[in-house]
Amino acid sequence: MSQILHIDWTKCDGRGLCTELLPTVLGRDDWGYPLAKYARGGDRTNVEIGPRDAQAARDAVSLCPKLALSLAPQ
Amino acid sequence: MDNAMWAFGRVSGFASLALITVSVLLGILTRSGRPPPGIPRFSITLIHRNISLLATVFLFLHVGSLMLDSYAKLTVTDVVVPFLGAFKPFWQGLGTVAFDLVLALMVTGLLRQRIGQRTFRAVHWFSYAMWPIALAHAIGNGTNGTSKWFLVMAAGAGAAVGAGVAWRLSTNFLETAKARAGALR
Repeated sequence: MSQILHIDWTKCDGRGLCTELLPTVLGRDDWGYPLAKYARGGDRTNVEIGPRDAQAARDAVSLCPKLALSLAPQ
Repeated sequence: MDNAMWAFGRVSGFASLALITVSVLLGILTRSGRPPPGIPRFSITLIHRNISLLATVFLFLHVGSLMLDSYAKLTVTDVVVPFLGAFKPFWQGLGTVAFDLVLALMVTGLLRQRIGQRTFRAVHWFSYAMWPIALAHAIGNGTNGTSKWFLVMAAGAGAAVGAGVAWRLSTNFLETAKARAGALR
């Protein structure tokens, strides 16, 4: 079952923890902010997370220093 | 047994202060977003959290053993309310203030997801107050607090944290500082 990782851009400060934990899902722009590598329909705010990345995504949610991430079932 | 409590109370206080110092430095490092070579950012965050929890464990042992010690005879009131102690009330009171701050930092740290970023951050700033208060308590109240070896170590810790704070306040502190400043030009 895949999940959706939602990035709250009003909270995100581009600290880079999520891009380390989800290297196959998220890239990083020049200013440090996460970029969805495969944005569905151009949506870079709600990123699809496959089963293999589920644990890493949970870690990213709990470790994000700005609490900018949340996970929801698709 | 009594001597053991006294000795353990002293050494656990020292251990706690040393760990708190490392934790403050790691906190500044993690805030910068700059990972040291070979250690990812999320690991620094985890190490910061775990060192802090370890420091808290030693702090509980420090306070607990001195409550059981027949010489220090700390009471429950001493542990919570500052400046009422029988021996060196001011310096002991600083320890109580630092202990209360650590409790607040620990609870808000563990409940960060529930209480939200704003509350967490407002409380977490107090770590910058807690560290010098704890250090002053160690120097003023510790049996070895004014020994040369302790003062040398305290000066070293002070220099390290001072340098960390100076770095924290400098313009290029953030990993992305240059890129973000460049966007303004």
